[in-house]
Amino acid sequence: MINQNIQSIQHKDSDIFRNLKVRNTSQNIWFSIMWLAGLITLIVLLLVVGYVIIQGGKAINWEFLTTPPRGGLSGEGGISTTLGTTLFLVVLTLLIATPLGVGAAIYLIEYGGEQALTSPVMRALIAIANFAVETLAGIPSIIFGLFGYALFVSALQLGWSLLSASLAGACLVLPTIIRTTEEALLTVPDDYRRGSLALGATKWQTLHKVVLPAAVPGIITGIILSVGRIISETAVFFVTLGGSARMPTSIMDGGRTLALHLYYLAMDTNAFDKAMGTGAVLVIMIILINLSINIVSNRLTAKIRGGK
Amino acid sequence: MNTKLETIDYNLYYGNFHALADISVKFPEKQVTALIGPSGSGKSTFLRTFNRMNDLIAGTKYTGEVLIDGIDLFKIDPVALRQNIGMVFQKPNPFPKSIFENVAYGPRVTGMHDHKKLEEIVESSLRSAALWDEVKDDLGKSGLALSGGQQQRLCIARALAVHPTVILMDEPAASLDPIATLKIEDLIHSLSVNYTIVIVTHNMQQAGRVSDYTAFFYTDETRTGRLIEFGETQTIFTNPKDKRTEDYITGRFG
Repeated sequence: MINQNIQSIQHKDSDIFRNLKVRNTSQNIWFSIMWLAGLITLIVLLLVVGYVIIQGGKAINWEFLTTPPRGGLSGEGGISTTLGTTLFLVVLTLLIATPLGVGAAIYLIEYGGEQALTSPVMRALIAIANFAVETLAGIPSIIFGLFGYALFVSALQLGWSLLSASLAGACLVLPTIIRTTEEALLTVPDDYRRGSLALGATKWQTLHKVVLPAAVPGIITGIILSVGRIISETAVFFVTLGGSARMPTSIMDGGRTLALHLYYLAMDTNAFDKAMGTGAVLVIMIILINLSINIVSNRLTAKIRGGK
Repeated sequence: MNTKLETIDYNLYYGNFHALADISVKFPEKQVTALIGPSGSGKSTFLRTFNRMNDLIAGTKYTGEVLIDGIDLFKIDPVALRQNIGMVFQKPNPFPKSIFENVAYGPRVTGMHDHKKLEEIVESSLRSAALWDEVKDDLGKSGLALSGGQQQRLCIARALAVHPTVILMDEPAASLDPIATLKIEDLIHSLSVNYTIVIVTHNMQQAGRVSDYTAFFYTDETRTGRLIEFGETQTIFTNPKDKRTEDYITGRFG
């Protein structure tokens, strides 16, 4: 019987042979379509990134990176103060958002579920918190900007400042940090928690000696993603940071991030080359950030597999 | 022989579900007791009663008494209780830490920080778990890099490091190959000199090989687990009193 089948597969007139040919052809057609989709995506990406880096690369030199923008309509000068402002803003925003976001995620995943089971009030609060996180993640960033302007800049009278901007920026990246931390905690096997509790560890010891160390690479991924988000954000900082091209000397000073500077250059000046140069610096920074996410997640995988 | 663990008319409920019914039994000290029975008969749930891991599941209620050394187990703080009653799980679950840190974990969380003493505890625990010779030159290696059988012995060493008097084992060899299983069984034998061991197993031969006493659990369509018969393993296996025990042991069901 088997022998007969094999013979008929080889025989070009048999039904099995024709059927197989049809199935293989249809597979090849579908794979070709998907391959083409992948290829087009790749080409578009390379074109955008390549164009910006090649065009912008001409404007990038040591002087460009180390002199402040001169301001005005000419767009003369470099980007040094905007690099500095971006760095300050990233650090300040993360200092605010990371403890809040990581803490909230730990509560929602490690403690909230338990309390939700015993108390209907807690259950409702936690459901609202989760819904809020999801909603915040989908809100256009200019809304965070308007909110930040209304609350921090005017109501609290913090003015256009690094402080106002980083508070508004923290609202923007909180959902990212909460979500990625939650996911990192959920990937920590319950076996670890049970193993630790069974040894006489308290819940807190279990959390900070076993669960958190195992979740750290995932949490770091969330933080790095947030760095990228802050670096590339314009809408929020447009209305909270002011637009001063000077180097901020305190958190109450305003400033201009790289992305904002790019926006000003493109909208208000004729310095297209400088805009491209600034864009190239931004793109390179984002590429470096994504590379570092890859490195972190590779380490995570190695850790799960049990490398040293 | 002293009684180490005892339950009197013990009932356990998950919400409205009656998981265990009217269990009265005494486990003797420094003996191995096997809990056998078909899936869903409540063996593992009963095992988790003794280190109060069932408490972690919301909505559990119990009636009756559970005693350790004659003391009401539910009056003891669960964190303190679990230092006295170690547990080995079905799937080896070493922490993603070095071999040394895995074993030192229990002593560390219970307040030991003297490195010299920790080293002694790690060595003696690994020796007792018959793992020392295989890992002594590699204590810095990740516990997860060990083979499954070694990982399970590491988990046993980790449990021994807090100096418990009782070790609960929930199908400790279920995920291991026959050779690794044999090593675990030898280990259970040698540990029973110093520890009271309660082991859940699906493997009849294993129960026969490792245990001094056997408790047979069974359930019917109500899905409530009941203790059908308890006695010396020899007696249960050769001369069971209950028809259901006999049917299960001879492999007629389960």
